[in-house]
Amino acid sequence: MSEAILRVFRGDANGGEEKEYKVPVEEGMVVLDALHYIQAEYDHDLAVRWNCKAAKCGSCSTEINGKPQLACKSRMDKFPEGQPITVYPIKAFPIMKDLVTDVSWNYEVNKKIPEFTPATDEEFTMYQEDVERIQEFRKCIECFLCQNVCHILRNHERKDAFFGPRFMIKIAERVMHPMEKIDRREFLKDEAGVGYCNITKCCTEVCPEDIHITDNGIIPLKERVADKYFDPLSWVLRKIKGK
Amino acid sequence: MENYETHTHDVLIIGAGGAGLRAAIGSSAQGASTGLVCKSLLGKAHTVMAEGGIAAALANVDPKDDWKTHFKDTIYGGKMLNNWKMPFNHAKEAPERVRELEHWGAVFDRTPKGKINQRIFGGHTWKRLAHVGDRTGLEMIRTLQDKGIHTGIDVYMECTITHLIKDGDKIAGAFGYWRESGKFVLFKAKSIILATGGVGKAYKVTSNSWEYTGDGQSMAYDIGAELIDMEFIQFHPTGMVWPPSIRGVLVTEAVRGEGGILRNSEGERFMEKYDPERMELSTRDVVARSIYIEVKEGRGTPHGGAYLYISHKGADYIKKKLPSMYHQFMEFADVDITKDPMEVYPTTHYIMGGIRVDGDTCATTIPGLYAAGEVSGGMHGANRLGGNSLSDLLVFGKRSGEAAAVYANNLSTNLNIPADLIESYANEILAPFSSTDGENPYAIHQDLQDVMGTYIGVFRNEENLKHGIAEVDKLKERAKNLKIEGSRMYNPGWHLCRDLKSMLMVSEAIAKCALQREESRGAHSRVDFEGYDDEKWGKVNSSINLQGDTMNITTTPLPEMPDELKSLFTEGT
Repeated sequence: MSEAILRVFRGDANGGEEKEYKVPVEEGMVVLDALHYIQAEYDHDLAVRWNCKAAKCGSCSTEINGKPQLACKSRMDKFPEGQPITVYPIKAFPIMKDLVTDVSWNYEVNKKIPEFTPATDEEFTMYQEDVERIQEFRKCIECFLCQNVCHILRNHERKDAFFGPRFMIKIAERVMHPMEKIDRREFLKDEAGVGYCNITKCCTEVCPEDIHITDNGIIPLKERVADKYFDPLSWVLRKIKGK
Repeated sequence: MENYETHTHDVLIIGAGGAGLRAAIGSSAQGASTGLVCKSLLGKAHTVMAEGGIAAALANVDPKDDWKTHFKDTIYGGKMLNNWKMPFNHAKEAPERVRELEHWGAVFDRTPKGKINQRIFGGHTWKRLAHVGDRTGLEMIRTLQDKGIHTGIDVYMECTITHLIKDGDKIAGAFGYWRESGKFVLFKAKSIILATGGVGKAYKVTSNSWEYTGDGQSMAYDIGAELIDMEFIQFHPTGMVWPPSIRGVLVTEAVRGEGGILRNSEGERFMEKYDPERMELSTRDVVARSIYIEVKEGRGTPHGGAYLYISHKGADYIKKKLPSMYHQFMEFADVDITKDPMEVYPTTHYIMGGIRVDGDTCATTIPGLYAAGEVSGGMHGANRLGGNSLSDLLVFGKRSGEAAAVYANNLSTNLNIPADLIESYANEILAPFSSTDGENPYAIHQDLQDVMGTYIGVFRNEENLKHGIAEVDKLKERAKNLKIEGSRMYNPGWHLCRDLKSMLMVSEAIAKCALQREESRGAHSRVDFEGYDDEKWGKVNSSINLQGDTMNITTTPLPEMPDELKSLFTEGT
């Protein structure tokens, strides 16, 4: 059994530093296993969120060797042997302690999105080919890695203006639902800030569920908004109708 | 004592998985002020890990299906030990609960005619499970979460409840701490619904998330509620075996539902020996025992499991129907299941027993205290059918939410919570910080997992059970003096101290009930008492309650089914 060196951020809102740990490595082990080993054997108070350890709950988002990812999905044998592995909290959200951050903003944003509003009370008739594209968005496990790497949120700190990729695809799943009856384009433009996305696709790259956030979600939403607000013909029609 | 926050609600729900969220929606709809407390972030509860589907007799695929058949399948699967009223309500109401989910935004896989598609699972007569690939639990919890947050409920995330509080005989509130700050919080409530799920973390090899530490069972027991049938632990037949760090993670029954075949190391399709009629789609208790026996008799895979083949269905089909399984094996085990077999072995998955509840209202034996979902007992008898858990959460989540709200709305007495009680609870919870010679809670947890796996596993006998009980007793003693370092801020070691107390309580109950029931039924297999003993054990539930300082284990009569339902079981089917 070999040994790995982990350098884990320990600290809180007042600051902190890396602490080094030596952890025995067994076959198939992931970074979250190493963190659990540290909790059990060295520092019982090392804070890390996790639930399922099977990449289904999206709790253990961290930045490992600088790359945002799920600790439960990061195999130890994928890292170069003998070199230290650094583990940091995700950076776009305020730190609480160690690897745990305050992601409550995401829950506040979610509340602002009007719920699915079906056009009928009757049982739905929908075909597989019509629901497949929204089923892709609904694979989201809310790990918030996409929110973490979004330039608008991480570098420009415009949480006041843009809901972020996670909630773009949440709105997309409602907009593209065959039974949805409400028009969300004004909401998308004015409240959710779809125009802020500049399509760098960083969100898509980090998605552990391989959701094509930008191509299948955000770009079609931008197109819908553009059709309503920036299409010259509909602009003229709106003027005539007075709407 | 230090200051603490106080929140007041008509109905407080503890646990935000499928049952808790559905209860909150139900309670809120009755006009009750509703609070929902959960140990994790919202949407991360164990329900998120459910894979295969929600059982409901929609009859979209098999038009002959109806509630009566679902009811019968559930009771046969439970080996006749179910509290009949629960499978009765469940079978009748599950279809409506599933359709309701669809109107709240759940997007199920479709039939060619555009209806909700259904797949078969073990023990179900017809194709019955509404599903979304193999991530049905995620679909369900996200739908309920998104519905719930728009109904005016107050959600308290990352908050652990440590004690339930009564005023006289009635429930009056709950006490706990914020995980982030470690500060205490008191909830005053006229009624409380426990929806805290199961106990799997008492075992090392388990499909359960860390939250499954038996909190609800243990807190209800502490204030005098009756528990039933704790010996019935479901070992899911197919957990992952290799690599070691992933051992126990679930391989959905949908693999077998979609045509998966089990073979031993000699290539033999061994289910032919154990259940030639239903083969791989026999009930979970039977399939788990079969795999266990094959491995024990030397016909296991290199890592000590059975082979599960699905590759014959073709890569496209597998990636479409079982996408999570494909990725899970590819990423964690370097196995391409479209080409090679999986290695599987039983894993601790579910507890059929739990808090005794009324089959209509989910009321426990404590006035004002309700329980729904896995934390309750009676719905699944001695063995749960796959898919019946998610529908259980919906049906009894709703029923408990509505009943708790009605109770709260009708309660006229003022409830009182004595301050000295709060102080004693706070002192108890903080004790590990002031201990100088206490033990590491992680060490005791690991020892408990070893004891449960070794002595109280798939097959049981008197000697092992007695030994296991003695070991759990020793661990209880050791756990009286725990030591923890660091601050109260987000301190997982400290959090484990309280969880450990719950796990020890449920472990003791599991072992003692297993020792008491001298027969084999469903998930409870006694090698020293093989087969059913219907005369002595077929008509009684195991019953657990606290008397003084000791755990009292006895039996109570199984509620008797009305004659018109009994006749369903004698009509020549």
